[in-house]
Amino acid sequence: MPEPAVHVENLSKAYRIGVLDGRPDTVAAAALATLTTPFRNFRRLSRLNTFKSQEDAPDILWALKDVSFEVPEGQALGIIGRNGAGKSTLLKVLSRITTPTRGRVRVRGRVSSLLEVGTGFHPELTGRENVFLNGTILGMRRREIQSKLDSIIDFSGVERFLDTPVKRYSSGMKVRLAFAVAAHLEPEILIIDEVLAVGDAEFQRKCLGKMEDISGHGRTVLFVSHNLLAVGGLCQSAMVFEQGRCTFCGPTNDAIDHYLSDASVKRTTDPEGFVWFQNRNNAYRPNQLLILAARVLDSTGAVTSKFRPGEGLIIEILVDDLSEIPRGGIGILLRSELGQLITAFNTFMSPFDEGRRSSKEVVRLTVPRLPLVPGNYWIDISVAAKRAGRVDYVDQALALHIVDADIYESGYGISSRDGFFFIEGSWQVTPSEGLEQATPVSPTNL
Amino acid sequence: MNRSPSQPVVTLDARANPWWVDWGELWSYRDFFLFMVYKEIRVRYAQSALGVGWAVVQPLATMGVFTVVFGGLVGVQPDGDVHYAIFSLVALVPWTYFSGALNLGASSLVLNASIISKIYFPRVFLPLVASAAQLVDLLIGFLLLVGMMVLYGVVPSVTIWMVPLLLILLVLTLAGAALWLSALAIQYRDVKYAAAFLIQLWMYVSPVVYPTSSVPTAYQPLYALNPLVGVIEGLRAALLGTRAMPWNLILIGAGVAMLMAVSGFYYFRQRERLFADVA
Repeated sequence: MPEPAVHVENLSKAYRIGVLDGRPDTVAAAALATLTTPFRNFRRLSRLNTFKSQEDAPDILWALKDVSFEVPEGQALGIIGRNGAGKSTLLKVLSRITTPTRGRVRVRGRVSSLLEVGTGFHPELTGRENVFLNGTILGMRRREIQSKLDSIIDFSGVERFLDTPVKRYSSGMKVRLAFAVAAHLEPEILIIDEVLAVGDAEFQRKCLGKMEDISGHGRTVLFVSHNLLAVGGLCQSAMVFEQGRCTFCGPTNDAIDHYLSDASVKRTTDPEGFVWFQNRNNAYRPNQLLILAARVLDSTGAVTSKFRPGEGLIIEILVDDLSEIPRGGIGILLRSELGQLITAFNTFMSPFDEGRRSSKEVVRLTVPRLPLVPGNYWIDISVAAKRAGRVDYVDQALALHIVDADIYESGYGISSRDGFFFIEGSWQVTPSEGLEQATPVSPTNL
Repeated sequence: MNRSPSQPVVTLDARANPWWVDWGELWSYRDFFLFMVYKEIRVRYAQSALGVGWAVVQPLATMGVFTVVFGGLVGVQPDGDVHYAIFSLVALVPWTYFSGALNLGASSLVLNASIISKIYFPRVFLPLVASAAQLVDLLIGFLLLVGMMVLYGVVPSVTIWMVPLLLILLVLTLAGAALWLSALAIQYRDVKYAAAFLIQLWMYVSPVVYPTSSVPTAYQPLYALNPLVGVIEGLRAALLGTRAMPWNLILIGAGVAMLMAVSGFYYFRQRERLFADVA
């Protein structure tokens, strides 16, 4: 098996935080620190019963803790997580900007990274000189850089400003040039960190296109972004980072699910595809869990979470004894990835036959056509009573993925660019015989 | 797609031996170093009249002031039969180079903090960029010196072949001092202020305005721990012929310079891992 492009083993990175960060920052303080070393060591020893090790000291922040993974050559890997999860620190280590506190990293190939706006640019140098600077750092010869210069200028669109110092560039220009440089200098590994958000939509599209191109040519791409749609579009697999640890590594859609879902609610899937919601509190009726499990089926009855735009689906919810809830009803809320409420269904709208035959029952909602554009969606489940209001609620109970599809079979794939909804329509053309431009109607003719 | 058969493999290990130096890597980044030096030179001489002029005006003007103050008012007597002016100029040319490059070198990491924290390259090149770029100044200063020597009718001695070696010693001292100061400056805030002050003091501890003969003979070996003593007196011996080549002073200075350079290099490499974190 060929060697992976990136191999990370038990990587940890610690930072000292706070004013009393332990490391003196003046020579005088350093001298004093050296003199008082025996006293500090003694105090540390006597504190051993409070902290098991130096690791738990309050002024140490583990930005990365025990991270291990491998990236095969040519893969596009997404890295997602909340702010402060350690994604940027990981990229800094991979770009050799900061050194690991523990563990090791092996990187095969030249790395070009875009870590922040204007990355790797010397503010006093012009755009052209910065291209050469980055090129020489990547190990390219002058002639090589010269030959790539034109395509870089072309892609970045900053030709007019090429001979102006970079410190005068706007942030959009900086990121355009930085991306152009990083992508065109043909590194074996390209690392992009949350930088595209600064550019306008057109630029972001261009960049993603170029990254797909690079990935398609067999080069490795590591992409950190909060734009989950972009990550989903480009990367085959993704890693989720939480508080310095990698909590998930796998196919991108599953990683996105993991990231977006409320981790405190334990989800287990049973063999029939029901997702059970355990370990949760009912904020409305403590100790009374009414919503037990749920699943999504396609129109043939198979358990799935992926659908094409316009396809029908069935949602089944396993509820506990609802007989205690007078005039109770069940609701399903469909939300976008960002939490916007798209539509809702509930049993007050379209009543169902409430045959209370057993205490636990499966409530089924059939949606013949769901006209949504491709993207990730969430289903919230709620139980409410007409007078009492909400009685139970599970946020982000199920995930729904509407995939890109060529519904009309015309070669045009419907995608999230086409709005929020997928509404069917058809076109016709008829010749316009006999229709001539009518004489304009003047007000007096009316 | 063409890919070079040998891709660089980089291993970053927390437990890596800080004493081990990847010379191959430093060599492979030489283009980067040359680019930075070229940029530095170009920036200084972009406005060419001013750039070239400064390399001449600074030592010349200082020489003028020193001649009046130390040569005239204080009455320092140079060795041998030379005018004070040329006596001090021989020291001022290397000194101007040394102090200018060291000042820049010491703050090189701090000034470049923005790229240090964003892209990888061996940081050890940065303090040395100023030393390399200002060699142009040194060259111009030497031309000035030659001109002045002709003017004063001074004939260099047979030991003139020592000049290049002495200059190498000068650059070595400069490199060592720059590495130490720059590594300290990026970690400790007060070093920035201390560096300029230190350099100023260094001038008085070197035989720039007075000859080494002013120092009691018993203390001269101690005095020669400053490598610039050997350099300046050696240059005076070679170019002015006012004294014998001070081999003992030069050897002591060379030893110290070597020590400074090697220790500076290793200290820098050992601290390098912190730079991005403290910059």
